Amino acid sequence: MRIRLNGQPHEAPDNSTLADLLRDLGLADRPAAAEVNRTLVPKAEHASRRLTEGDEVELVTLVGGG
Amino acid sequence: MTNHPTTTRATDRDTPRATTVGCSEPTVVPPPPPSNPEPGLHPVTIAGRTVRSRLFVGTGKYPDFPTMQAALDASGCEVVTVAVRRERLYNERGQSLLDFIDLDRYLILPNTAGCFTAEDAVRVARLGRELLGQLGNPGAGWVKLEVLGDRKTLLPDPVGTLEATRELVADGFNVLCYTSDDPISAERIKSAGAASVMPAGSPIGSGQGVLNPSNIVLCLELLKHGDPDYPVIVDAGVGAASDTAIAMELGADGVLLNTAIAHAKDPVTMAHAMRKATEAGRQSYLAGRIPKKRYATASSPLEGAITYIPGE
Repeated sequence: MRIRLNGQPHEAPDNSTLADLLRDLGLADRPAAAEVNRTLVPKAEHASRRLTEGDEVELVTLVGGG
Repeated sequence: MTNHPTTTRATDRDTPRATTVGCSEPTVVPPPPPSNPEPGLHPVTIAGRTVRSRLFVGTGKYPDFPTMQAALDASGCEVVTVAVRRERLYNERGQSLLDFIDLDRYLILPNTAGCFTAEDAVRVARLGRELLGQLGNPGAGWVKLEVLGDRKTLLPDPVGTLEATRELVADGFNVLCYTSDDPISAERIKSAGAASVMPAGSPIGSGQGVLNPSNIVLCLELLKHGDPDYPVIVDAGVGAASDTAIAMELGADGVLLNTAIAHAKDPVTMAHAMRKATEAGRQSYLAGRIPKKRYATASSPLEGAITYIPGE
């Protein structure tokens, strides 16, 4: 299925969960916060949050800033 | 007894002594009397957390992470700001900021920099809380709120700032709110429940210092009226250590800066200077400055002068 990931088109296996996506991207063990369709999904819900075609996913981390 | 010792005591060996001029017998400077070291440098409490350092430092724009790490250390700060940004999924990831920040030493204050609407600022604040929660840092639930109104000046949008403050406070956040130096905006933000109001000295990253000290003083008066411990932090615009000292001398509880250290020719030395300027400015404020006068007042008495004095 096709989703949008951090503003870019992304192909993800059907029935993927948010946790699957993070694992496939190598982010499973890194601090990463996730939004699906502009709503935050807490880490505790990543494994149960199933993605669907057209979902807009944002994965963010902390960078230097003032 | 006022007799000074004429021989050097053991304890004086390492004490620098004044150079003697035109005197054949060297004189020994007595050790200074014991005094309270650094009076007035009391900690400040924001949203229930007490910090000794009144300097808050950003983590952006350093030449490299080791320089940032050394500058943060030299600044003595206990709170550092960070930004929330997309993971770099398609590029080389390289080093991570988090590998260079001691999470046990610093409270990490996530900002909403780059947000131009209240809605986006609330989203980014929640993402920051999620990240700091995952890291187990006490900054989870804190936010340095910025809602910007214009790309070129990065001046805050007062309406969006107020909306976002209300929403984040209702969601349980400790909101430290970047705002202009407008006293009425500052008061409205405090009324909306912000843990600290942070008026700008001048535009972000501009290095222009405190452009309107009078407005900063009015902000302080209004925000601290009947609530003297309410923390007010001057955020943005600092270019050099003297700007930090001026902000503190006006009575601010702290200064938040980033570019002035990160883009200095020598960030680590500037971080030292900022630490001392924060302390010096605070002490100068507490000590109480003299009023400004139009004309000179001699420090040496004219009475008893043996010289010709005009008008006498």
